[in-house]
Amino acid sequence: MTHLSNNKPVDTQITNAAFIPEMFVIKKIRKETEDTFTIELAAENGETSFEFLPGQFNMLYVHGCGEVPISICGDPNRPNKLFHTIRMVGDVTRAIRRLKVGDMLGVRGPYGKEWPIEKAEGKDIVIVAGGIGLAPLRPVVYHILNNREKYKRISILYGTRMPSDIIFNKELESLRGRFDIDLYVTVDRADQKWMGNVGVVTTLIKNSNFDPENTTAFLCGPEIMMRYTAIACQQQGLAPENIFVSLERNMKCGVGLCGHCQYTGKIICKDGPVFNYDTVKDLIKKREI
Amino acid sequence: MKNLESYLADHPFLKGMGKKHIELIVGCAKNVRINPGEYLFHEGDEADLFYFIRDGKLAMEVFRPQKGSIVFNTLGNNDVLGWSWLVAPYIRHFDCRAMDVTRAIALDGNCLRKKCDEDHELGYDIMKRFVNLMEDELMALRLQLLDIYDTPIK
Repeated sequence: MTHLSNNKPVDTQITNAAFIPEMFVIKKIRKETEDTFTIELAAENGETSFEFLPGQFNMLYVHGCGEVPISICGDPNRPNKLFHTIRMVGDVTRAIRRLKVGDMLGVRGPYGKEWPIEKAEGKDIVIVAGGIGLAPLRPVVYHILNNREKYKRISILYGTRMPSDIIFNKELESLRGRFDIDLYVTVDRADQKWMGNVGVVTTLIKNSNFDPENTTAFLCGPEIMMRYTAIACQQQGLAPENIFVSLERNMKCGVGLCGHCQYTGKIICKDGPVFNYDTVKDLIKKREI
Repeated sequence: MKNLESYLADHPFLKGMGKKHIELIVGCAKNVRINPGEYLFHEGDEADLFYFIRDGKLAMEVFRPQKGSIVFNTLGNNDVLGWSWLVAPYIRHFDCRAMDVTRAIALDGNCLRKKCDEDHELGYDIMKRFVNLMEDELMALRLQLLDIYDTPIK
């Protein structure tokens, strides 16, 4: 065992093995929008199972370029397929986009705390996603569909900037056809061809059908969107302790050692990325962090 | 089947309003139906009515020369449409088009303004409710202007 400066022991197995990526082969690449794409990966060593919990992420490594934390967005009940949906925002994500089917990608993970889907059993569920924030919540949707009888009313509220920014189009269409899920999609602006809702995603909350006393809300998107969505949920009577958010900061190690993603007393990669809103609601408004 | 009075009394926007005031408002109300593609009003029209949407969907639009219309908001069941009737010179600032068959209760703004002038308690009550509506719409608009999804997340 080694020790960090706070004298707490650190498992050397974690410190050593956690930084060696496993090599994966890109099996498929699907364009979602102009700047967002989904990749399907399979382990190079032939192992077909990649167990993970909804809300966890992997560190994806491109040789000679760097690493990025990306949420896992596949079905947790089908661990033979590893999916990541990625938006091109920097050098590494652009480098991943340049890779082709058959190319290799380093993967470390899965890391982080999951959405509390088991604690939410027996309750109404409100899922609110903004932009690519739908990707970290997609495993939650899969889990609920696989265990539909364990949950009551399900509302999925999804907002993007424009219709062309909507990801997982086919899956959303298929969800809309279900009678046991309420799906609402809204965009910030559209032309007359768009027949759906226009307006910010927070405006959908008031018309959602849920019992505020017995509901768990899962929010993921830009932090400012989650902040105002949480306020809108509370205005409908939802308690802060029943709201969960997925936060992000610049991550490096992914295992809570380096402190890059420190969020006051919390480490996003290890204590999060999923947090109970009640524990971060005061921090989320602070400008300094 | 609900009549106008019971519908308005149950509407979230008028929640808690006294029976006397509801009766005054009903005197200015009528049912309307708009077919898909029809315009309820255009920019520059007189803002003589406002609406409680019973069911359907309406698009709020701004026309851009040579570029067509852009939809900046949609309204649906239980939403309240329009507060230009409250602000002189009572002119519409946007276009409003039905996306689906839409049924609504239209309130005559001129009629209600007169009743508010005569009964200041009603006027103050109505004004407070519309200020809340304006605040909600302003907050939503501010978030739209922030273009929040431009912020990259991973």
